[in-house]
Amino acid sequence: MGKDYQYDNQTVNGFIVSSIFWGVVGIVIGLWISIQMWAPSWNIAPYFTFGRLRAVHTNGLAFGLGLGAIFGIFYYIVMRLTKRPLLFPKLARYHLYLFNAAIALAAISLFAGMNQSLEYAELEWPLDLGVVILWVIFAVNIFGTIIKRKEEQMYISLWYIIATVVAVAVLYIVNNLSIPVTLTKSYHLFAGVNSANVQWWYGHNAVGFVFTTPILAMFYYFLPKSTGIPIYSHRLSIISFWSLVFAYLWTGAHHLVYTPLPDWIQTLAIVFTMFLIAPSWGSVVNGYYTVGADWSKMRTNYLTKFFILGITFYGLQTIQGPTQGLRIVSQLIHYTDWVPGHVHMGTMGWVTMTAAASIYYIIPKIYNTQIYSEKIANIHFWFVLVGQLIFSVTMWITGIQQGALWKATNPDGSLAYSFMEGLAKNYPYWQLRTLGGIIFTVGMLFFIYNIYMTIKRGNMASSKA
Amino acid sequence: MSGDIYKKPILFAVVSAVVILIGTIATMFIPMLTPQMHPKLENLKPYTPLQLVGRDVYMSEGCHYCHTQTVRPLKTEVMRYGEYSKAGEFAYDHPFLWGSKRTGPDLARIGGKYPDAWHYGHFEDPQRFFAESNMPKYGWLKGYPVDPVEAEASVKALGLPYTKADIDALKGKNKLDAIVAYMQVLGIAVAKKPAASSAQIMGDKKNPLSGNASAIAAGKKLYDANCAACHGAEGKGGIGPSLVDNVWLYKEGDVSDGFIYTVIAEGTTAGKEIEGRTAKGGMPPYSSMFDQDKIWSMTAYIRSLQNK
Ligand code: HEC
Ligand code: HEC
Ligand code: HEM
Ligand code: HEM
Repeated sequence: MGKDYQYDNQTVNGFIVSSIFWGVVGIVIGLWISIQMWAPSWNIAPYFTFGRLRAVHTNGLAFGLGLGAIFGIFYYIVMRLTKRPLLFPKLARYHLYLFNAAIALAAISLFAGMNQSLEYAELEWPLDLGVVILWVIFAVNIFGTIIKRKEEQMYISLWYIIATVVAVAVLYIVNNLSIPVTLTKSYHLFAGVNSANVQWWYGHNAVGFVFTTPILAMFYYFLPKSTGIPIYSHRLSIISFWSLVFAYLWTGAHHLVYTPLPDWIQTLAIVFTMFLIAPSWGSVVNGYYTVGADWSKMRTNYLTKFFILGITFYGLQTIQGPTQGLRIVSQLIHYTDWVPGHVHMGTMGWVTMTAAASIYYIIPKIYNTQIYSEKIANIHFWFVLVGQLIFSVTMWITGIQQGALWKATNPDGSLAYSFMEGLAKNYPYWQLRTLGGIIFTVGMLFFIYNIYMTIKRGNMASSKA
Repeated sequence: MSGDIYKKPILFAVVSAVVILIGTIATMFIPMLTPQMHPKLENLKPYTPLQLVGRDVYMSEGCHYCHTQTVRPLKTEVMRYGEYSKAGEFAYDHPFLWGSKRTGPDLARIGGKYPDAWHYGHFEDPQRFFAESNMPKYGWLKGYPVDPVEAEASVKALGLPYTKADIDALKGKNKLDAIVAYMQVLGIAVAKKPAASSAQIMGDKKNPLSGNASAIAAGKKLYDANCAACHGAEGKGGIGPSLVDNVWLYKEGDVSDGFIYTVIAEGTTAGKEIEGRTAKGGMPPYSSMFDQDKIWSMTAYIRSLQNK
């Protein structure tokens, strides 16, 4: 059996290593832009100004780190859950090469200022075509392998994988419809309010189907694998899955509260946004009760705490998110630094935490060895946790302060603070955020070292996984 | 039976797609087919080629990661930025550029707020205008000429009207000219509400804080932060006129404290008359930003400059 998997395991490994590489690039740029926000002399025109680097940061991490990990880990999970190697092993290898070429070109084009100016859909149209091809290659292999599976029942993770493949295809194609002008420039096909509605339908569901469903697929697979405890409730998984994928698509307009978008679309979105708490917490509860069968796993199995902390941040994220959608809250925190606080609790605390734990599980398996050092993994855990908390908490405080200063008035009704007075109050928090970022980065370096040493001492050829 | 779906991947994918499409159709596709998603204000003019190139620069430089372009219908927001945004203002915006973060102020109503010279100076060096600004410098855009061929292709792609003269006029323009032209057209389809009249506030038109040393000190601080960029650090003039000479709105001779108060509070537009003097425009209004005390403090400070 081992031999059949070896080629595919190399592909999985290739994706994981690429994902870590792009993660480092994205995180270093994250530190850079966090410094630019309090030290504008760190802008180096034209290629390295804040407006260009920020897009490299978000794309590098969402697509380089995020999708890279998702591709590799999905291939791994699908092979195990279907009890067979990939249907098209060579195709998966081309997928890996194309993926890296696409991310490299994406980074270069964003440095060069080619930007469609749609958040999370910044890439210009020739690259969009490349992404679509990549996705088709991926979908063919995933579906092919699942159809030819050797295990009749499809486990929960496969549901989330299928939903991800389908939803991202629809979302990406629709929002990237554009009118090309030259090879490096195009205009959104949609205009004004309509363009806003399409973009945030996409934008919110990019969060839903890149930062949520794939990570849940990992969570549902690796939590029982690491702890040896089966998922607490199958029925709860069914209910949370269908209600999650149904409700997500209605909620994009919570990014457009108080804009000129028709009120009824905003209100409908807010209602569904509130509802989203339920399916999200379905998975949180399922996770807690699973480990609840034996809490000593938190001590005895070093990965358990990664997954439990990850799902905890997911739980907090999915209470905070719906709250942000309410008009009364949006008034105060929309457009402020509160939102990056929300974003990074999700991306650092949930996405990166869960993906890193999944990688800790996979790498020793495909290299037929043990993790190099559980102690270093624990150090990694505490550093990224502390770094992320500093990041989020500072941004929440300064975000609320900013929102309050913008609304404050004098007794005679005039505004109490000029924009600059409000801005200046952010500086200490922005500086602390950079410190949080550095701590997080150090944690990630421990992770990378640990993975590197594990790979070095392992031997893929002897693997039976 | 219903359990079968978990054994049939194709069926599962189809059902997922349908479930995903319901919300998509209800909140995105159907609205798109209705006129409420395609409104256009009567006063809204299509972008000229130069303005469109400026908009392209805005997109490539990622200005939208720091600036929003939509004023929410909230009281303090309207006071700070101007009339709240209307759906019909964005008909030519491919894509919309409302943004999601206000590291810098909203720009939906920036058009006409400052003279061109202010923008050139500010893009060149934002920190010279506001020492604590974190906006990057953009003076380097001067080195990049506008490409008339690409500009023509762009307006054509969007189906915007243009003349050959518009394209010819692009010769010799650079990308900084273009972004300034774009700034000046933002939000002007909605008429500016005149700033609240300060007639009642002024009372007997004498400054209650006249000569008050601590008010003058406070006024200087406000002046340095908000006015020096245009009127010079010592009030000797620059983008705005000198405040130390005895010329007020282009006419020699003294004016009342109330005159100075009115100019600061209401700002000026071309042709506006204050105490028999005619403005040329370019002075922004500050009544929603500063309370009476602050405006009188600055008035006292300006008087103190003259007495030197
Ligand atoms: C790092 C964030 C950042 C980026 C990127 C940025 N700005 Fe700014 N901008 C600011 C801040 C902060 C202010 C307020 C302080 C000031 O005026 O310098 C500002 C002020 C302005 C103002 C004056 C607004 C007013 O009402 O006084 C204009 C106009 C402006 N920016 C245009 C732009 C354009 C055009 C770009 C892109 C080429 C851009 N900015 C990029 C942060 C940014
Ligand atoms: C964007 C540049 C700009 C800024 C900022 C600015 N001004 Fe002005 N100011 C002008 C211009 C231009 C005029 C001439 C108005 C006209 O002709 O309509 C003017 C006129 C004046 C006048 C009348 C002076 C005269 O000689 O006619 C006073 C007083 C004044 N400004 C005070 C202030 C104060 C106080 C502030 C800060 C709160 C300020 N200005 C900020 C541009 C500016
Ligand atoms: C060292 C770690 C990191 C630092 C210092 C950092 C810093 C930043 C900064 C400064 C911003 C801009 C915020 C603003 O415009 O106000 C940002 C935005 C963003 N970052 Fe990070 N980041 C880090 C890690 C990550 C990771 C790991 C991810 C994803 C996996 C991520 C995803 C994002 C996203 C999606 C945004 C856009 C947020 C929005 O539009 O509101 N970041 N980051
Ligand atoms: C039920 C779940 C969630 C809901 C309802 C929700 C809701 C929201 C809302 C309302 C905003 C807009 C805030 C504003 O601009 O005022 C937002 C922003 C954001 N959220 Fe969430 N959130 C949820 C979960 C998550 C998760 C799990 C992540 C994972 C990383 C995430 C990532 C983001 C990002 C990246 C943005 C910034 C978008 C941008 O402006 O560029 N969210 N969310």
